[in-house]
Amino acid sequence: MSILTTPKRRREAASGGNSLHVGPRPAIMSRLAAMTIMIVATITFLTPIWWLFVASTKNRSDLTSTNGLWFAEWNFGTNVSALLDYRGGIFLQWLGNSAIYTVGGALIGTLLAAMCGYALAKYQFRGREVLFNVVLGGVLVPLTALALPLFLMFSMVNLTNTFWSVFLPSLVSPFGVYLSRIFAAASVPDEVLEAARLDGSNEVRTFFTVSVRLMFPALVTIFLFQFVAIWNNFFLPLIMLRDESIMPVTLGLYNWNSQVSQIPELRGYVLIGALLSVIPLILMFSLLQRFWKNGLGSGAIK
Amino acid sequence: MRTSRAVSVALLAALATASVAACSSDSTESSSTGGSETVAACEPSGEDVVNLSFTSWIPGIEDAVAKWNEQNPDIQVAVQTGPNGNSGTYQNFFNQLKAGNAPDLGQIEYDALASFRVQGGLQNIGGCDVVQEAQPEFIDWTWDQVSFGEEGNAYAIPQDTGPMALFYRADLFEEAGIAVPVTWDEYAEAAEKIDAEGGKITNFSTADINQFAGFAWQNGASWFEADDEGWTVNITGAETEEVGAYWQDLIERDLVASYPAWTDEWNNAYNSSEVWTWVSAVWGANTIQDGAPDTAGNWAVAPMPQWDSAAPASGNWGGSSIAVFTGTDYPYEAAKFATWLNTSEESLTILADTANIYPATLDGINLPTLQSGVDFYGGQVIWDVFAQAANQVPANFTWGPTMTDTYASISDGFKQVVTGNSTVSEALTAGEESTVSTMNSQSIPVKE
Repeated sequence: MSILTTPKRRREAASGGNSLHVGPRPAIMSRLAAMTIMIVATITFLTPIWWLFVASTKNRSDLTSTNGLWFAEWNFGTNVSALLDYRGGIFLQWLGNSAIYTVGGALIGTLLAAMCGYALAKYQFRGREVLFNVVLGGVLVPLTALALPLFLMFSMVNLTNTFWSVFLPSLVSPFGVYLSRIFAAASVPDEVLEAARLDGSNEVRTFFTVSVRLMFPALVTIFLFQFVAIWNNFFLPLIMLRDESIMPVTLGLYNWNSQVSQIPELRGYVLIGALLSVIPLILMFSLLQRFWKNGLGSGAIK
Repeated sequence: MRTSRAVSVALLAALATASVAACSSDSTESSSTGGSETVAACEPSGEDVVNLSFTSWIPGIEDAVAKWNEQNPDIQVAVQTGPNGNSGTYQNFFNQLKAGNAPDLGQIEYDALASFRVQGGLQNIGGCDVVQEAQPEFIDWTWDQVSFGEEGNAYAIPQDTGPMALFYRADLFEEAGIAVPVTWDEYAEAAEKIDAEGGKITNFSTADINQFAGFAWQNGASWFEADDEGWTVNITGAETEEVGAYWQDLIERDLVASYPAWTDEWNNAYNSSEVWTWVSAVWGANTIQDGAPDTAGNWAVAPMPQWDSAAPASGNWGGSSIAVFTGTDYPYEAAKFATWLNTSEESLTILADTANIYPATLDGINLPTLQSGVDFYGGQVIWDVFAQAANQVPANFTWGPTMTDTYASISDGFKQVVTGNSTVSEALTAGEESTVSTMNSQSIPVKE
C-alpha cells in the first residue's frame, strides 16, 4: 500500500488541516480575499435556493409579473396544500419512495462498503490488490454511463420497472470501498484486532464491535455521500421505472416539468415540489455534519 | 480470515438470490417476438384475460383507462408513465424495443412516428377489423399521419391534434382601432400599427420549430415524403420558403419579439400586454391562461390568418397517437383498446376535461364538454374556431424519421436569424442539409 495509508502520515495530514485554527493569524489582506471568495461562493450557491423559496410563496400571477428575488403575496400554505392534494397526494408517495431508496440504499451500501474496505485493508489474500484496483476503476465510471447496460441486464431477468431495479444498483459504492479501506488501514490498529482475537472474539464480532466504531467517521462520510448520490439519482430511475407508484421524487418532478407546456399549472407544483425535496438533504447534512466533524476531530487528537 | 470471507460471500449470494426470487413475479407482461411491417393477421388471442401495458405521459389518462378496465374485465390495461416523449420516454421505448420488453402500447407524437417506424418498432394494425371500422370516424388528415398515406396500413391510432388559430388581445385591438387580421398581409399591416402603439404583434419562436412547421403546413408544404425507394426531404420547398420570407420580413423590420418560448420572460411579455397575439394550437389556450393571468377576459380567438382567403387552411402544431409496439402478443386487443380510447365519447370527455386532449375524431371535436364558453376569452366558445380549423388542416404533411435533429438544426439557425446574423431561408437550407446527412449516417435511404 502507499505511504498515504500509514497512521503517521494520516495524523500529519489531519493536524495540517487544523493549523488554520491554531496557527498564526494570517494577514488582513489574505483574510479579506478568502472572505470575499467565500461570500461570492455562498451567494452563488444560495441565490437559486432563495429564488426557489420566494417563487414557492407566490401565486401563478405573481410568479411571472413580480421580482423573482423578493416576495409578493404570501401563498406558501396554499401552494403546499395544492401540491399535496394533486392527484391523490402522489407527491408524498414520491417523497416516501425517495426516502426508502435513499435511507435503505445508503445504510446497506455503507455497510457493504465498510465490510469490503475493511477486508481489503486488514486481511491478506490472493488477488487483493487486483480487487482493489478494479474497485478503484469503478470510481472512475460515472453511474450515468452504467444506466443503459444495467437496463439491458435487468431486462434479461425481468426486473425492470421494479423497486429492485433502482435499489440494487444503489447499494454499490466504489468510492465508499476506497474510503473504507484507507480509513480502516489508518484507524484500526492491527494490535487491537489481535487483542480481540486473543479474547476469543470472532472476526464478524470484532468487525461490528471494535472496527466499526473506530471507522465511524469514515462511515458517516460514506453514508452522507451515498445518501446525496441516491437522493439525487435521476438517470437510472428515468431509464428503469415506468410505474408512478415506485418513482423517486426527482423523476416524478421531471415528468411533471416536461409537461408544463401542455398543462401549465404543473409549473407551480414543480417549483414547490423542488423546494420540499431539498429539505431532507439539508436536514441530513446539518444533522450528520456534527458527527462528521466530531469524528474527524477526535481522530486527529488521539 | 478464511471464515469471514466465506461468511461474506455467502451473505452476498443469499442477498442476491433472495432479491431475485422475491420480485420475479413482478416482471413485465410483454414478451419479445419480432413483429412485421406488413399488414399482419389481427385475431383475438382467445385467452380469457389479456393483460396489456400502456405507457403514456398524459396526466389523467389513467382515469380513462380505469373506465375501460371496469367495462372490459377480459382486457385489462396497466398504465405506465414517464416524461414527455422527447424528454425521455421515446429513448426508453427504443431501449425497451432493444431489450425486448417494450409495452404493448405507447403514446407517440405524430412527428416521432416515422422514427419508430424506420426502427421497425411499430406493429401495423391496419388489418384489424376494429381499426378498419374506426377509420371513418377520424378526421382525414389525422389518419394520413398514422398511415403515412398508405392505403390499408395503420401504424397507430390518432389521439389528439393541435389545430392552429389566432389568439389575440380583443381589448387592445379595439382600443387601437385595428381590425382583426384575416389574411397574412393584413397581419403584417396590423404588426406595423401595433409597433406604432409600442407593442409587438407576436413572438417568433426560435426554440420550438413546431410552430414554424405549422405555418408551413398551413401553406400546403410537406417536409418529407416516403415511398419504396426512400425518403425525399423538402424543407426548402416553395411553400415553406414563402412562409420563411414572410417572417424574415417581419423580423427584419423588428415587428416581432423573440423571447424564448415557455420561459418567464415570454409569459411576462404576454402578461404585461407587450405582445398582442399568438398563432398557436388549441392547447395554447391553457398556456396563455396560465402564463398571463392578469389579462383574463381580454383575449379572443379568431381563425388563423390566411394566404388565400378563398381557400381557407389551417396549420397543426402538436398532437399524438397511440401505437402498438412490435413484440406485443396481443395486437388485436391492443388495437381494440386504442380505438376505444380515442373514439368513445366517455374516454374523449375524460381526456378533454383532465388533460386538455383535443380529440382527433369528427364527433370528438363536437363533444358537449367542448361547447361551453371560456371566461378567460371573454366567454367566447373558442372550441368552435378550433373545430373549424381541425377540418381545414391540409392532409399531405409528412414528418421525417429524424425530427429531433431537424428541429435542433433549424432552431440553431433561427437563433441566428433573430440576432440578424442569418436568414430564415439559410436556416431552412442548413436544416435540410443536416437532416439528409443525419439520415445518411443512420442508413435511412434518401432520394436526391
